[in-house]
Amino acid sequence: MSRRPWTFALALLVAVLVLNLFFTPGFFAMEVRDGRLFGSLIDILNRAAPAALLALGMALVIATGGVDLSVGAVMAISGAVAAGLVVQPDGFVLQALGPQSVGAANVIAVVAGVLCGLFNGLLVGFFRIQPIVATLLLMVAGRGLAQLLTNGQIITVPSDAFATIAIGATLGLPNPVWLTAAMALFFGGLTRLTALGLFIEASGDNPTAARYVGIDGRALRLAVYGLSGLCAGFAGVIAASNIKAADANNAGLYLELDAILAVAVGGTAMTGGRFSLFGALIGAVLMQTVTTSILTRGIGTEITLVLKAFVVVAVCLLQAPAFHEMLKRRRAPA
Amino acid sequence: MSSLLRMSGIVKTFPGVQALQGVDFEVVEGQVHALMGENGAGKSTLLKVLTGVYPADSGEILLRGDVIRPRSPQDATRLGISAVYQELNLAPNLSIAENIVIGREPMGPMGIRWREVKRRATQALARLGLELDVNRPIGSCSPAIQHLTAIARALDVDARLLVLDEPTASLDRDEVENLFTVIHRLKAQGLGIIYVTHFLDEVYAIADQITVLRNGTKVGCDTPAALPKRALVSLMIGREAPSEEAAPQREVSAAGEILVSAKELGRRFAVGNLNFAIRPGEVLGLAGLLASGRTETLRLLFGIDRPDTGMLMLDGIPARLTPRRAMRAGIGMSPEERKTEGIFPSLSVRENILIVAQVQRGWLRRLPRSAWAEADAMKDELRIATPDLDRSIASLSGGNQQKALLARWLIAQPRLLLLDEPTRGIDVGAKFEITGLVERLRSEGMAFVLVSSELSEVVQSSTKVAILRDRRMIGEADDLSEKAILDQIAEGDR
Repeated sequence: MSRRPWTFALALLVAVLVLNLFFTPGFFAMEVRDGRLFGSLIDILNRAAPAALLALGMALVIATGGVDLSVGAVMAISGAVAAGLVVQPDGFVLQALGPQSVGAANVIAVVAGVLCGLFNGLLVGFFRIQPIVATLLLMVAGRGLAQLLTNGQIITVPSDAFATIAIGATLGLPNPVWLTAAMALFFGGLTRLTALGLFIEASGDNPTAARYVGIDGRALRLAVYGLSGLCAGFAGVIAASNIKAADANNAGLYLELDAILAVAVGGTAMTGGRFSLFGALIGAVLMQTVTTSILTRGIGTEITLVLKAFVVVAVCLLQAPAFHEMLKRRRAPA
Repeated sequence: MSSLLRMSGIVKTFPGVQALQGVDFEVVEGQVHALMGENGAGKSTLLKVLTGVYPADSGEILLRGDVIRPRSPQDATRLGISAVYQELNLAPNLSIAENIVIGREPMGPMGIRWREVKRRATQALARLGLELDVNRPIGSCSPAIQHLTAIARALDVDARLLVLDEPTASLDRDEVENLFTVIHRLKAQGLGIIYVTHFLDEVYAIADQITVLRNGTKVGCDTPAALPKRALVSLMIGREAPSEEAAPQREVSAAGEILVSAKELGRRFAVGNLNFAIRPGEVLGLAGLLASGRTETLRLLFGIDRPDTGMLMLDGIPARLTPRRAMRAGIGMSPEERKTEGIFPSLSVRENILIVAQVQRGWLRRLPRSAWAEADAMKDELRIATPDLDRSIASLSGGNQQKALLARWLIAQPRLLLLDEPTRGIDVGAKFEITGLVERLRSEGMAFVLVSSELSEVVQSSTKVAILRDRRMIGEADDLSEKAILDQIAEGDR
């Protein structure tokens, strides 16, 4: 169980897919059009991509015993930077940088995301502000900042090159899926091929003991919040590209909560310690599968959120040691 | 003077431990009765039985001749038994007056009668001979005032018997004098006082009677005049006839440069007057009673706490340490509190053992698989009882967790290793192994600072011993034998 904390999330994902196999005709259907795949499954992966990206960074942050509430707002910032640099609308704050190619604009936007993350890391690691408070700061102020960048307007980007990032496909799969997969590999390598993952887990598991064995908790926090900002930067570019516009008010709204849920569902304890990137990805895909299933079944969207909540409660309950104990005690007298 | 409290034949058993084995304890009106003992002696259990935290298995408590059975601390308070613990449980943002009457506020038709609150608080403080602005928030007062306020609160309920648990732990010398003045006043008012402390000098300054507990048994009860310090220490530590045998002489290569030295090093409320030098191949034992400043010394040496007096030299250069800097300089520490400061409960035993070696190597380069063999070798050498090293360390028993924590540092091989109670909770066989390992590493040139409440262990392993008493280092042992060290602990400054 402790080895594979994502077991229950994966089991539930399989269960939901099996239900769909029997009850939703055409759920597994796939067709190739213009050299790319279409179908509900591909759609799920594509739509889950932003939350899955955020969940990668969030898993590391949560493993240190923190939380990053600002990622949704950081998405808005990076989206605004990317769109603004391409279009250069009147009164754009970053006018000084001059008009940029789509590629350069996106890189700068992701860097902006990283800077936001490092700011969080500075507050949490060096100024010892509680993570929930420190990141709440940017969660609230970040949207204001994004609005300043866009001058309060929605910046529309009539560039096809810009839209390709989210809407295009490579080798049959949508680009956001590739991007998420690449980031997952990068994060996996960064944490598991080095000792970074171990240090993160140690620091979240027992901060005092971590200090006493010489782990630099401050640098570690700077790093994980920076990585979370990196994810939010990419997710923000995807979100803006998806609608060919930067919407400071709505880009990534409440997505931080989806990311936290995905991490929790994926078996990473909110108290810090052991984390599972794979679990976080499964969690994000599970949430999107539930949403898509409900929509394709024609059930009202108002039910979606309630059902999602049930799924989360179910997985968390299944993971809880206390729940296992209870089941054992029930079974024992029988 | 009549008997105020008489506890007789108190027995209390916890699963696996007999905490109290038929203890008798008596307090007379107007008497300060010191209750002494080392860790696990049964002091706090006895007090918890008295204050109704838990019931005794058997035995009788008489308060002024009546049998009482306090079922809760509130119950005990109603009976006239009040306790002030080391943790004061004050509400820092409330005023002194509010803290004194909290839970028993005088109520009128319009809610709390604030004028009465102030009157009562002022009166309670006057009983201690104190005049304070009772409107001040308690959090802004000095620790001494806070402590006296807690005592005033305890007395506000017509207490007949007052329990003071370590009242001077965070007080200055002057403040201690103040407290003693208050205690003398209370004595004169006929109160009985049970005084728990680790400071020997205080006992002789204030107590009328001393009771010593050890392993749940009363091992002594006498007046201070009839119980000299030397005898008291022996009773507490439990060696009426300490071994006079000197420790085995050990080769120390004198050529080594001084690794770490302390000059007049100290920290307020922690430890002071530390003067020693440690060279490669030396084991400095710290001898002293509980709360004499042993752990605090290690915390200064590892940079967990900053010293505020004196100088700490590392390789001959003044150093300002943090745990990270200490580690980089080749200092390691195995802390006493393994649960809160040592283990990573959700990580595996292997990860717990190898983490220090990994930190030394840096985050970028993961330890190769071949390092796992070292962990396995340590498992065998220290006899860590676990089928494999891949299960979580939380599933191991306390003693085995301790062995894993030692293994962590023994693999890392720092130049100086600070060991705080390294063998507590460990079986005899493994103790022997650990002592052997320390000696082997020492002879290879590693240095140690060793804290152990077992004096025999200190004498066995050390090449020299620093003696701590009442949070001060009073010198180095002249003679490495238990008897000589005990004498020095008891006699203090000569």
